[in-house]
Amino acid sequence: MVRGEQLDRSEIMKADVSALEVRGLTKRFDRPAVDALDLTVRTGEFYALLGPNGAGKTTTLRMVAGLLRPDAGSVAILGIDALADPVAAKQIMAWVSDEPMIYDKLTPLEYLEFVAGLWGIDPATSETSAHQLLASLGLEPHLHERCEGFSKGMRQKVALAGALVHDPRLIILDEPLTGLDALSARHVKGLLQERVRSGCTVIMTTHILEVAERMADRIGVIAAGRLVAEGTLSELRQQNGRGDTSLEDMFIALVDAGAAAA
Amino acid sequence: MSSAAALTWYARHEIRLAWREWLAMMTGSRGKRKRAIIALVVFAAIMHLPAYAVIGRFADLQAPLGKPELIVITATILLAWALMLSQAIESVTRVFYARADLDLLMSSPANLANVFSVRIAAIALSVIGMALLLSTPFVDVLVIGGGARWLSAFGVVVAIGLSAAAVAIAITVLLFRLIGPSRTRLVAQIVAAVIGAGFVIALQVAAILSYGTLSRFTVLTSDAASAYAPDLDSPLWWPARAAIGDGMVLSWLMAGGLLLLGAVMAVFSPRFADTVVRVAATTRAVCRGPRATAFRGGSRQRALRTKEFVLLRRDPWLLSQSLMQLLYLVPPALMLWRSFSESSDAIVLITPVIVMAAGQLAGGLAWLTISGEDAADLVATAPLPPSHVIRAKIEVVLISIGAIFTPLIAALAFASLTQAIVTALGVIIATVSAAAIQLWFRVQAKRTQFRRRQTSSRLATFAEAFCSIGWAATSVLAVTIPVAAVISGALTAAILAATWKISPRRG
Repeated sequence: MVRGEQLDRSEIMKADVSALEVRGLTKRFDRPAVDALDLTVRTGEFYALLGPNGAGKTTTLRMVAGLLRPDAGSVAILGIDALADPVAAKQIMAWVSDEPMIYDKLTPLEYLEFVAGLWGIDPATSETSAHQLLASLGLEPHLHERCEGFSKGMRQKVALAGALVHDPRLIILDEPLTGLDALSARHVKGLLQERVRSGCTVIMTTHILEVAERMADRIGVIAAGRLVAEGTLSELRQQNGRGDTSLEDMFIALVDAGAAAA
Repeated sequence: MSSAAALTWYARHEIRLAWREWLAMMTGSRGKRKRAIIALVVFAAIMHLPAYAVIGRFADLQAPLGKPELIVITATILLAWALMLSQAIESVTRVFYARADLDLLMSSPANLANVFSVRIAAIALSVIGMALLLSTPFVDVLVIGGGARWLSAFGVVVAIGLSAAAVAIAITVLLFRLIGPSRTRLVAQIVAAVIGAGFVIALQVAAILSYGTLSRFTVLTSDAASAYAPDLDSPLWWPARAAIGDGMVLSWLMAGGLLLLGAVMAVFSPRFADTVVRVAATTRAVCRGPRATAFRGGSRQRALRTKEFVLLRRDPWLLSQSLMQLLYLVPPALMLWRSFSESSDAIVLITPVIVMAAGQLAGGLAWLTISGEDAADLVATAPLPPSHVIRAKIEVVLISIGAIFTPLIAALAFASLTQAIVTALGVIIATVSAAAIQLWFRVQAKRTQFRRRQTSSRLATFAEAFCSIGWAATSVLAVTIPVAAVISGALTAAILAATWKISPRRG
């Protein structure tokens, strides 16, 4: 998929292959962190994964990104078995964690050059793309400054630009808006929505329910390592039996019910 | 709370922090603390053997001492002082830059001059504590062999520790004033490294230039040194006289140390707060690098290698650590240069020094490239197999070591081709061993944790040191007694194999 190309989202979302298909995913530490989780995210969808602290959101996404080996289950990314062929799966995927991991001694441009090199992207393409991304995130005045002096928000934006520079088809973000000011958060949300419009799939965890409510096509609620509810906002309201309930009230009710069931 | 009570309370807090930090450094994680303390005690007991071998013969020394003895003891004390000064400079720098609690302290209504006075005292205490620990086996040997009068050597350690802490604070604060906070950190680290190694190296250089040997004692015990040394009643010999039991001189030394530290506290404590504020104001310093070149193409491994080289080049921590290792190469290089004009058997001593330096430097580089990955998630989610990532990182270590040691080995080839080949092999094996150990014991860490790498796995640290020493010994024996080299090589290989066997990454 070429970035910037505006496609018919309904067509993309009807595609045969799911962007992410997780079956029976299980991970135990001293207790079960993820418990036989099934999850399907459609291609071109903006999917928000919600849950209280310690619910298993990050563990799930780290297993999907190949950062953690599951005890059991399967992960397929756009039809590629991520456990059998991790390199092919990683080629089309990007991961952004809540704690931006970048190199203090590199400039944003050097960082993006490194990421593009790791993903084997043509230098001419990646350089143009890097400049565009950094400009759209408001980092143009800082292109040649080392990241060591950057604020957390700026570092998060550099990390996000790094995730997008290789034009992934699936972007997984763990709390990407943590620590961002309102303007930076708007930049990031705008960029993600633009990617979704061009056919990319975004999976994001967040504690900011308003963001999920406004941006997500579908919302999944996870509690005690299990998916306790899933659907569009209106579907969730229907499932919960109250048409005018806020997402916050629904979330608390679902999490309480999930915890009681566990 | 009264001012005195607040000061006492804060001093208790600071001592508790210093104690816990020291304990963590010595024993690692809490879970293994008991085992680590036992290992530490056993290690301290074993240390008495080399201590006996080195200074056991001096235990019978009685006052009045002659000039050669005074020179040797004074030089040893000066070396200890230089090492303490080096450690103290590092500690002071950390107080300024490791700002974990500075925001809290500076925003509190506490008297900052008092707070920083206590902090200065804590630095002095930690420096003295470490020095006492390291000197205990040596002083024990002297006490057992020469009587209780040698106990005063502990007092000398305390006195020179006080003065080392005072001088370190003065140097660091003056550096802040002269070159500013952004450059002080790097310069202070380099100064600490140079001071730590400089004294030993200066003696070696003098020995090589005058006597064609690497032995430091050759200079110290020479007639020339005695001729130039001051008279026996000079205050220069006070530390030596105090060490062998002159109680009056020891009292003067202790009083001098306390006075110096007190003066530094009085003068610099109020400035500490200003300096900390200036450091905080410059932590967001902009480092601009003109960048006109376009993105470069190439393989994914090339991207990794380039990134590693850029980070190594821009890492002041590594720069100072590397400088320390490379400083030790100055004497052998000098010796090599001398041997071109005068044929000397002593040139064989170059080989172990080079091999040992290569092993130690490779260990540090391998930790930085393999374990010190600041963007571990990014690299782990990149579309290339982990084995390719590791290979690229090890290539960086090998290339760096090759670039540093090839000129020296090439120069050695002009003096002795066989020795050069043996040295080159030794460097390669020592480098590969060090990289392998770092690979087997790799952890996920930030590059800024480099200083603490030795405490994360004591086993890896000792294995790395023993292997470097082992390969250095094997190399020199290969040149002089080839049969012994086989035994030494087999023993070192056995250490390496045992390390692999107990490593967490086995298999």
